[in-house]
Amino acid sequence: MSFPWAKHYEPKSDFMKWVDSRLPIPRFVYSAVGGGYPVPRNLNYFWNFGFMAGLALMIQIITGIVLAMHYDPSSAGAFLSVEHIMRDVNAGWFLRYAHANGASFFFIIIYLHIFRGLYYGSYKAPREVIWLIGVLIFLLMMATAFMGYALVWGQMSFWGARVITGFFSAIPFVGEPLRVWLLGGYAPDDATVNRFFALHYLLPFAILGVVILHIWALHIPGSSNPTGIEVKEEQDTVPFHPYYTAKDGFTVVLYLLIFAVVVFFLPNIMGDPDNYIAANPMSTPAHIAPEWYFCPFYAILRAFTFNFLWIDAKLWGVIAMFASIILLFFLPWMDASPVRSSGYRPLYKKFFWALVVDVIVLGVIGKLPPNQPFILIGQFAAIYYFAHFLIILPIVSRIEKPLPLPNSITEAVLAKHSSTSTLSGDLAAQPAE
Amino acid sequence: MRTLAPLVVGAGFIMALLFAIFASVFTPGFSLTPDPTAVSLFHKAPRHFEYSFEGPFGKYDHQQLQRGFQVYKEVCSNCHSLKLVTFADLKQIGYNEAEVKAIAKGWQIKQPTISNKDGSPTTRDNIPSDNFPLRYANDTEARSQNNGAVPPDLSLITKAREDGSNYVPSLVTGYTDFPAAQAAQFPDTRPDNNHYYNPYFSALNIAMPPPLKVDGLVSYKDGTVATREQMATDVGAFLTWAAEPKLEQRHHVGIASVIYLFIFAVLAYMSYRTIWGDKKH
Repeated sequence: MSFPWAKHYEPKSDFMKWVDSRLPIPRFVYSAVGGGYPVPRNLNYFWNFGFMAGLALMIQIITGIVLAMHYDPSSAGAFLSVEHIMRDVNAGWFLRYAHANGASFFFIIIYLHIFRGLYYGSYKAPREVIWLIGVLIFLLMMATAFMGYALVWGQMSFWGARVITGFFSAIPFVGEPLRVWLLGGYAPDDATVNRFFALHYLLPFAILGVVILHIWALHIPGSSNPTGIEVKEEQDTVPFHPYYTAKDGFTVVLYLLIFAVVVFFLPNIMGDPDNYIAANPMSTPAHIAPEWYFCPFYAILRAFTFNFLWIDAKLWGVIAMFASIILLFFLPWMDASPVRSSGYRPLYKKFFWALVVDVIVLGVIGKLPPNQPFILIGQFAAIYYFAHFLIILPIVSRIEKPLPLPNSITEAVLAKHSSTSTLSGDLAAQPAE
Repeated sequence: MRTLAPLVVGAGFIMALLFAIFASVFTPGFSLTPDPTAVSLFHKAPRHFEYSFEGPFGKYDHQQLQRGFQVYKEVCSNCHSLKLVTFADLKQIGYNEAEVKAIAKGWQIKQPTISNKDGSPTTRDNIPSDNFPLRYANDTEARSQNNGAVPPDLSLITKAREDGSNYVPSLVTGYTDFPAAQAAQFPDTRPDNNHYYNPYFSALNIAMPPPLKVDGLVSYKDGTVATREQMATDVGAFLTWAAEPKLEQRHHVGIASVIYLFIFAVLAYMSYRTIWGDKKH
């Protein structure tokens, strides 16, 4: 495990001694999220999103299991069973609104978590595997969310499922048979909703398993931190419990507070009204748009409108959309800078914020109808997206001259505080005699 | 080589996008602002109506819901079903057991069933546990009686339209003559004999005839004057309840949850500060 000064579990009662010597789960928990996991002392609030994402996943699993008890995975019954949940099931309206908005909140947290990783270079050695597993979790989440949205079997569910599975038909030769195989028919129907339900129930547990790997991989080098320099000595760290359990506890309650405001007072704010119309294969909605969390990628898909190099525009779009996520797997090797934190990378920092703006622009464009000037804006935004990761980042990371790094985490912390206050508990603890 | 790979891949995507941009920009007739359409120029967002259920403390006004139900029963239900609502649900808006029984029994459309004797299809009176019966046997019948349009079920209509609680009353009171400005610019969009002009409808021309043509179409039991505006607002409130019957419970639990979580958040923050104490971070 991580640091030599990490404390070891010592059972206090005879009972815990008995348990620990037979199945050392108490020891495992203590070293994972207890007093035995030393964490850099200088983490800011952006490091709280991992814990919140874990909570969001648990909320989805728990509400989802109860919803599944009342849901009917058939094309004739799905929409009606959702309304049955909303009207007849005890607290069904709460479960359903919590689950639907919980998905959006999960993505908000995950996007903040990902951008935290991008800003602070959390993907760099020795944490590449944590990042790779994280991208895998993101992909699994997208698949799960897509299938879950289809289960409502409203108009947007049906036509969204049709459009998204339609992407596969762009693949040469095997595309159309692949699409039919995925759907279990020529259009989304009973077979589709049934298999989506089975997979939508399965994948969250796959995500849970991969999350455990994510946390396991995290515990080998330990958490990164805002300075991006490694932990050197014990005073650079604090034990996870009680320090970060208390801090995460606060933001978890804050998360629940904001979540409650949306679930109880604005439950449909992130939904599309069309999805309160039952799926109708005979009537296409005027405007098909995915849920907001897919919009940046949907905008990239739609940006490709030209058959370039004998490749169909539609296939370009599909390749680019998948590539826009897959390229994140290569990020640790494309960024050559030895400095992690953007705080010491003045040039990269500017491009980072440009990327944030760019992804927001793509998200807005993905939601808007495909008219000019939005098509053109989307195309320029897509250019920046690829340019950022594949051209700017590799070049900037090689030519940039980073700012001088502090010698240690503690030095950085104390320097920050000496400029803002004169009182110093740490200096008082070790008086200069 | 490994350092060049991302540059090559990136250049590929960027070239494809640049060609796409050039192709569209140099297409004859390219314009950054697309030509306006009749809908983009003349469609209106719903007007705002004052409702008691707005805001976090909002509650339904049962008197209003009953008036709205009367409008639904006497006007809307001639064409529109309400299939997700049961007669017994009406107890939630202040009708008692006997009134609900009477409403169900007196409902014009009967509940389909089969004959006890020979199993042939027949109908029976509605009972409180029944959902409101369908108005038409199927979409084909609905189309044949409504100039080719299917009157949508109204159970979820206020959630199935943008700003639905305001949309419904805006629409039913929004019929106007075909505007001269639109006639001049888009003469092809004039409604045909089976359609009516309504700027609140997404396509502007709607198959539904004006449902609330005159004041006093219903006579309210509670003595409220049944102006068109009043009837429209009441039916908007009633259909909001039909789509979201748990709104009051939701607001109630929501207030308690938010107060609880707010206090919890303050305490959690204080314990975080206490635990960290003088630890600089």
